[in-house]
Amino acid sequence: MTLTDTTAATRRKRSRSSFTGKAVLRFLVTVVTTFLGLLAVTFFIGRVIPIDPALAIVGDRAPAHVVERVREQLGLNLPLYQQFYFYVRDALTGNFGTSVLTTNPVMDDIRRVFPATMELATIGTIFGALFGIPLGVLAAVKRGSIADQIVRVVGLIGYSVPIFWLGLLSLVLFYAKLRWVAYPGRLDIVYEYTFTPITGFFLFDSLVQGQWDVFWDAFRHIILPGALLGYFSLAYISRMTRSFMLNELQQEYIVAARAKGLSETRIIWFHALRNAGVPLITVIALSYAGLLEGSVLTETIFSWPGLGLYITNSLQNADMNAVLGGTIVVGSVFIAINLLSDLLYRTLDPRTRSR
Amino acid sequence: MSVVEQTPKPYSRDWLLSDRPTSRHQARLGRAYVIWRRFSENRLALLGLGIILLLLLVAAFADVLAPHNPVQGDLMNARLLPPGSAGYWLGTDDQGRDILSRLIHGSRLTLMVIVLVAVIAAPIGLIVGTVSGYAGGWVDAILMRITDIFLAFPKLVLALALVAALGPGIENAILAIAVTSWPPYARIARAETLTFRNSEFISAVKLMGASPFRIVLRHVMPLCLSSLIVRVTLDMAGIILTAAGLGFLGLGAQPPLPEWGAMIASGRRFILDQWWVAAMPGFAILIVSLGFNLLGDGLRDALDPKEAGQ
Repeated sequence: MTLTDTTAATRRKRSRSSFTGKAVLRFLVTVVTTFLGLLAVTFFIGRVIPIDPALAIVGDRAPAHVVERVREQLGLNLPLYQQFYFYVRDALTGNFGTSVLTTNPVMDDIRRVFPATMELATIGTIFGALFGIPLGVLAAVKRGSIADQIVRVVGLIGYSVPIFWLGLLSLVLFYAKLRWVAYPGRLDIVYEYTFTPITGFFLFDSLVQGQWDVFWDAFRHIILPGALLGYFSLAYISRMTRSFMLNELQQEYIVAARAKGLSETRIIWFHALRNAGVPLITVIALSYAGLLEGSVLTETIFSWPGLGLYITNSLQNADMNAVLGGTIVVGSVFIAINLLSDLLYRTLDPRTRSR
Repeated sequence: MSVVEQTPKPYSRDWLLSDRPTSRHQARLGRAYVIWRRFSENRLALLGLGIILLLLLVAAFADVLAPHNPVQGDLMNARLLPPGSAGYWLGTDDQGRDILSRLIHGSRLTLMVIVLVAVIAAPIGLIVGTVSGYAGGWVDAILMRITDIFLAFPKLVLALALVAALGPGIENAILAIAVTSWPPYARIARAETLTFRNSEFISAVKLMGASPFRIVLRHVMPLCLSSLIVRVTLDMAGIILTAAGLGFLGLGAQPPLPEWGAMIASGRRFILDQWWVAAMPGFAILIVSLGFNLLGDGLRDALDPKEAGQ
């Protein structure tokens, strides 16, 4: 081995490591700026738009010295950039202030309600992927047929229907008229005080503890809001699956597989779908993020004690700390899922690595 | 003597489809005709167009079409009448107001919301996107970072927080929706700008001494419009749904305004016995946003044949 060979090799290695280093740095910059941007927006909403947040707390009839004291406590007499600095510092330590409505720290409240929202969004995404992917594949394979048209219209209705309205109507039908599902909420009142959750995911907790009656009850509660959210996820996933599959089915390797004499089923489900699967994972992750947000209205309809209901309840009571804390948490999870799906896509698809 | 080609009669099909238009006017009309032919082959798209035209007509002639006063009801005789009652086709609500008349007048509010959001958000996105794409460098980096930050937010939750701070009301709801919906437009406009930023016609204009301001305004922006229009049309349904959601939560239009989302909220109390009070406005929202989705899909297929059927 000559000297020039080794230097070339080390140079290559170094250049590659500096490439990944740059990518990691860029990723970190994205994370930090996006998160700071989120905080800047909520700071703006909470501190700058209201004419005087101190007045909002003590009311406009409070004597001047009380207002002044509250202003000092809130740090409102500081310059704006210092206020923002303290705001970011508090947010990073998970301090979003105290909820006026529940008198708990907002972060404790959110920790309590968040698993309910996660559980609902998870069920919705599973539902959407379970039905959305086969429907999308069907539509792509039978392109232009009646089946394709039906899938398209089902998807378009999913994009067009107000979720809270569909929720109300389905409650009337499946709860009030048919009695197939349970009353809004997460559990019947009988179980509410006897059941001790571990993770906060009731379906999982009851299974682990072997309490089948609780599991069945939780299932009867989650099935309707879960299916409803799942329909929206289905609309998105089926549409994207169709588009990815159409793209794959035009590729030459499909022709090669056909020429080899593979069965059509095998070609569609093992060859084409597998390749369409990489971008699909991103789509499913994004739809999960979308459902976290979509749960705001759904939870309101189904009295589902999650983050969405917490935010809307706080809204009705002008509890801005809670509203903004909830916004930051939803926003952070949203940003995290966005970035993670991006990262996942890069790792799974070799073609994006060279860039 | 050269062979005189038979010139087709103006405005005939052949004249429109001619591959050698003799005037700019003819070329433009011809292009529009081709797009229209592609668009009208799609029956669902035509249905969407029909729905939107109907919405426009209903909103324009609301005063003539509505059989009753949308705000003042007949509390004595007409409380919670079911659909099909004499004089009240879609029934009445708890204050004896004709639901059909309220829906007809509510179409104006819906139109107002989408038009204002489009008028606010689309130009912001267009300016940010074209400037960022044409300028490049630091301007591009900063503007796109801001766009990405807004793009990463959950739209509805951000709109909720904004309206909570600004106070409920239809104007604030519009503002909140507009603030949350411009980023995709900026992305699209930037992507379009990048495709022809280094093309010859831009160099030609530059050579003739046009300022960057003029280039962006007169030569870049018009070319971004068609994809922007498609995207805005496709977004209309989402805007309607967000506005209805805000109305449903009591943050949008305030009573007694006949906003469709707020109407659903007020019918929620009677949903078990008088289902129509909440159900009818929902059908109106569904039909109108379906119309926009169908129209947007059709427009995209017609304007961009590459993507057709995808």
